[in-house]
Amino acid sequence: MVAPTEPAASGTTDVVLEAVGLTKHFPVRRRAAELLSRRRRAVRAVDDVDLVLRRGRVTAMVGESGSGKSTVARLLSQLVHQTAGRITLHDEVVDARRGRRFRAHCRRVQLVFQDPFASLNPIHTVRYHLTRALRIHHRDGDLTQGLHDLLTRVSLTPPEQFLAKYPHELSGGQRQRVAIARALAAGPEVLLADEPVSMLDVSIRLGVLNLLRDLRDRLHLAILYITHDIASARYFADEVLVMYAGQVVEGGDGEAVTQRAAHPYTRLLIASAPDPDRIAGEQTEDAAQAGGEPPSLIDPPAGCRFHPRCPHAMARCSTEAPPSFAVGDNGSGHWAACWLYAGAGS
Amino acid sequence: MSGEPVLDIRGLSVDYGLGDAAVHAVRDVSLTLHRGEVLGLAGESGSGKSTLAYGMLRLLPPPGVVRSGQVFYHPGDDEPVELMSLSAKRLRRFRWAEVAIVFQGAMNSLNPVHTVATQLTDVIAAHEPRTTPAARRARAVELLTLVGINADRLGSFPHQLSGGMRQRVMIAMALALEPRVVVMDEPTTALDVVMQRQILAKLVELRERIGFSVLFITHDLSLLVEFSDRIAIMYGGRIVEDAPAGQLYRDSLHPYSDGLLHSFPALRGPRRELTGIPGSPPDLRAMPSGCAFHPRCPKAFDPCAERTPTLLAPDGREDQNRTVACWLHTADRAMT
Repeated sequence: MVAPTEPAASGTTDVVLEAVGLTKHFPVRRRAAELLSRRRRAVRAVDDVDLVLRRGRVTAMVGESGSGKSTVARLLSQLVHQTAGRITLHDEVVDARRGRRFRAHCRRVQLVFQDPFASLNPIHTVRYHLTRALRIHHRDGDLTQGLHDLLTRVSLTPPEQFLAKYPHELSGGQRQRVAIARALAAGPEVLLADEPVSMLDVSIRLGVLNLLRDLRDRLHLAILYITHDIASARYFADEVLVMYAGQVVEGGDGEAVTQRAAHPYTRLLIASAPDPDRIAGEQTEDAAQAGGEPPSLIDPPAGCRFHPRCPHAMARCSTEAPPSFAVGDNGSGHWAACWLYAGAGS
Repeated sequence: MSGEPVLDIRGLSVDYGLGDAAVHAVRDVSLTLHRGEVLGLAGESGSGKSTLAYGMLRLLPPPGVVRSGQVFYHPGDDEPVELMSLSAKRLRRFRWAEVAIVFQGAMNSLNPVHTVATQLTDVIAAHEPRTTPAARRARAVELLTLVGINADRLGSFPHQLSGGMRQRVMIAMALALEPRVVVMDEPTTALDVVMQRQILAKLVELRERIGFSVLFITHDLSLLVEFSDRIAIMYGGRIVEDAPAGQLYRDSLHPYSDGLLHSFPALRGPRRELTGIPGSPPDLRAMPSGCAFHPRCPKAFDPCAERTPTLLAPDGREDQNRTVACWLHTADRAMT
């Protein structure tokens, strides 16, 4: 696979977390008929994903449910171990399955989950949640001051008022802020946010997104923002990666990917997003042509995984998997894994 | 749109619980659904939009209680029917045949141990017992084809279908008895954007072909602007604005509608800084006095905290077929 062209700005921002050829196959329980055969089936949740997170930048990963985007977050945080591929944190290879090395990895790479209703323990107060995170990762240090700083940082002020509260006494947005504060307690360099706003009400989503952006600017966190909402990715992220059926099919600068989408799947995603400016019933070309559903990841289509749904599919698409080709201006860092661009960039 | 009302809700109030402990989830809501119209009902979680839909169809399980109000159903030629005073027997005949509902967790509303065919024919058998099994099966095939599912899927169990297909089976089931009104409670929330668009496009097409009215409940205002004719916005159990979709989008009057419209980032056009709405939705157990939105409202002024505004045609735009409950726009008349 041709390495995607590095963005022009790569020299100015340093790479924190990098994944090369990241792959995760989940084994499938064998059926009776297969017990004696050598064939082992697996769900190819993530296949050969390259990813770079930079200090002070937000990378968005956009895709449908089942495209493997949450698995990428779990792999990067080492909650599950990759089948193949390499993760490096500041150029050091990460292999932290358990114990001290796992905790050391956690300290630097933290995860924020989708559902703040489930990720906070209902029988414990905010103080307990944050104290635990602070004590595990930083045994010394002033606890009261630490708690105070954390809550102020996520704009839950005055902090004293929130410390004694239980999760059920908080609104969804406040709960997600507590979850973010808990992630910050470890003092991480990387924040993996797995659909952090999709469970929240529309009117408070922006508050949480703006908070994350503020953290990026002040703490210079490298943020991976996982979402299915491509409009919010455009709003919030510096770089956008589009995932389909376990593979990254397009990547590049947020504006370039959303405004000049190259891969037919990205175009389908954009055409499907609700757009108030469009007249009711009117369909764009891409949305009308590409029907169907994402493929089974146990037995994905050969070649390009999107080809059965693709309106532009050619003979080559069903046999050979496309490498990434640069699209747009040279050096813009925008690339797509699609045979349509075979002649354009190489 | 011919403009005749099909469903007319008048002053509906719904509580959870009784006496002093009651939580007023829906307060004095009046809303009209016209023939062939898609009426969008938008609001945050806890704003009472689902409670309103279940309340008006008398589907609310205890402790939900319809405290007051009337709901008139206009069957076309006959006299209007008042749903709240309908006898149990007539209500049973009325439901699904006249008004059908696609539930919020539609993916989980199908019975996992029965095939799609059984569940579809069951609906027809319950309401039209004189039909033959063969006729019911033929009708089931017809319904599945209508929503774009191959007829050989009839023998499938729900777990063998994808989320989008299950959702389409639910829509097919809702259309089984050719109702005049279909209530859709967050029908696409659990689906991906691509599938969501396919299903909504199907719905728009079916509505044009069959001609039913839709009450579409969702929290996603951007979706409603594109797909519905009229939009009613709920906040804290009340309707705060009711206007044709285009007018609401271009020229919203209530500060809450305005906030909602500026809460989702745009996919096209210039990138702008967005703020959302400060604060959080009100607690139904302790509602603010006056207008429920006033603690979060950037334009709040004196009367807002004291008196509750009523839903009226805005000043100077009485001819525009829209209403709003806000002191900014209905000050003159409501003050007197």
